[in-house]
Amino acid sequence: MSVDTSSMTVAAARTRPRRRMSDARTREWIAAYLFILPDTVGLILFVGLPMLFALIIGVFDVNGFGSFAFVGLANYRRMAADPLFWHCLRVTAIYVVLLVPSLYVAGLGLALLVQRTNRFNAVMRSMFFAPQMVSLVVIAVIWQFLSADKIGLFARIFSFFGISGVSLLGNPSLALITTVFVTVWFLMGFYMMIFLGGLQDIPRQYYEAATIDGAAPRQQFWHITMPLLRPTSFFVLLVSLVAAVAGSQAFDLIYVMTRGGPANATSVMITYIYQQAFQYSAFGYAAAMSSILVIVLMLLTGLLFFLTRGGRFDYE
Amino acid sequence: MNSSVFFAPRQATIVRGVWMAVTLVLALMTIFPLVYMVSIAFKGQTEVFSPNLVPKAPTFGNVIYVLTEVPFLRYLANTFFVSVVVTVLALWFHTMAGYALARLRFPGRETIFLAIFSTFLVSLPVIIVPLFILVRWMGMLNTYAGLIVPAIFNAFGIFLLRQYYLSLPRELEEAALIDGAGYWRIYWSVILPLSRPIVASLAILFFLANWNSFLWPLTVASDSSLWVVQVGIANFKSQYSASWNYIMAASTIVAAPMLVIFVIFQRQIMESIKTSGLK
Repeated sequence: MSVDTSSMTVAAARTRPRRRMSDARTREWIAAYLFILPDTVGLILFVGLPMLFALIIGVFDVNGFGSFAFVGLANYRRMAADPLFWHCLRVTAIYVVLLVPSLYVAGLGLALLVQRTNRFNAVMRSMFFAPQMVSLVVIAVIWQFLSADKIGLFARIFSFFGISGVSLLGNPSLALITTVFVTVWFLMGFYMMIFLGGLQDIPRQYYEAATIDGAAPRQQFWHITMPLLRPTSFFVLLVSLVAAVAGSQAFDLIYVMTRGGPANATSVMITYIYQQAFQYSAFGYAAAMSSILVIVLMLLTGLLFFLTRGGRFDYE
Repeated sequence: MNSSVFFAPRQATIVRGVWMAVTLVLALMTIFPLVYMVSIAFKGQTEVFSPNLVPKAPTFGNVIYVLTEVPFLRYLANTFFVSVVVTVLALWFHTMAGYALARLRFPGRETIFLAIFSTFLVSLPVIIVPLFILVRWMGMLNTYAGLIVPAIFNAFGIFLLRQYYLSLPRELEEAALIDGAGYWRIYWSVILPLSRPIVASLAILFFLANWNSFLWPLTVASDSSLWVVQVGIANFKSQYSASWNYIMAASTIVAAPMLVIFVIFQRQIMESIKTSGLK
């Protein structure tokens, strides 16, 4: 970690330390560095270093026993020529484009629905949040059961309406949509709470004043709620975008429900990366694909920060 | 939003009643899959796909089968051990770091904080391959250390604790400092007791996250004696693909403790989620 010398000189100039004072200051420094040592070392070793590795291992060939051989851009050339890589990239893009807006709308919609604080809404909030308590593995098991062909609950409901032969997870054009739906169902309670936190911070007086001026609820929503929710919206979009691109929820769900199938219809990048690394021991190739994911994530977060000026907006 | 200005009182009540009904239906639909899981866990093999919610012939057979015929108790014990150790160590390290970052003055503090905070956006899937290679190189594959150590460090906890400590009044620590207490003493006997509420909610969140985590335990431990429950379920499902009553019983055993924790601590859990969005 770098030592910030400028703040050191400023601090020294501010107080003109006597001998005793500087001793106390040194003691404070030492104590502080010791306090942050475990977390700093841990984050460097298990987050920072892997992140750096993710960007550079791609130029090596890493075999199952962990020996490295420099191969230059071979992994990237293989990637460019691998139709499955491009397919998975496309599936990931569709997953992200379907998921992020749906989550935003579902989270905000639920928050507005249970916004008032009363006992009824408190119970409703807990019910919407409950899926968050359950692991994605179990969630995947439940939804696979519900989506079973012919005898599953959804198949029965569909056949009640005269639609038969629908295979939610077996039909390539439906499987990804089903996965997105399950992800929304799982995460919407979480984003509902984040939005409730944001809504709570909007002063009530704004709504009271607007009501007196005769603004209809819909106008109040577009002219008060939405502008003042921008920082929350930014946070929600950022977090859900990063999770969707990385496949934080997708990996567990897909691993249990479809294993990337049918016909690779649910093979998002992380599913393919995991397969290459841990089934075929192609660690170098998998790492090269991870580096693409890292770069995509950096570009997207950069873009989001650029568009919103770091989550700050000039409405105030 | 105040709708009463636009509607007569009677109409307003009706409108509100309609919204409440809509909310209730949506909420029931949301928890339905979870209720259904519990229901099937107590159904016999023949009754699994019948749509009735209450089993006609409720049985504990599935739960007993899962606990005795599959090493599920072992998976439960592993998960409990790993989750508790990760939670305790994480809270210890994060409270120390949060305290130093919020309260002590030292060169590079803002830079270090920003560096820590920037790791907030790194998610596990992105670094899973290099992390695996690193942990293998450290000789921690198929060990409890491999399950535990990499799971400890996350910027989220440090960030929330630092925010909390920034809001505490300084007087108590200053009094202790004047009394000649060292920084460790202040941390241990002033700061930690003051952080009880936030430490309690973070403990629940960390325990929950570790109990439910799948990708890292799946990757680091191929030895089935080290498996955690989530890996156990995923494997169980591929082995017993047709025995949904057993699979749902296993799922219920794994999900039930978290749902019970949720019922008891829902306010703390949901409040801490609510504040985490506010930067």
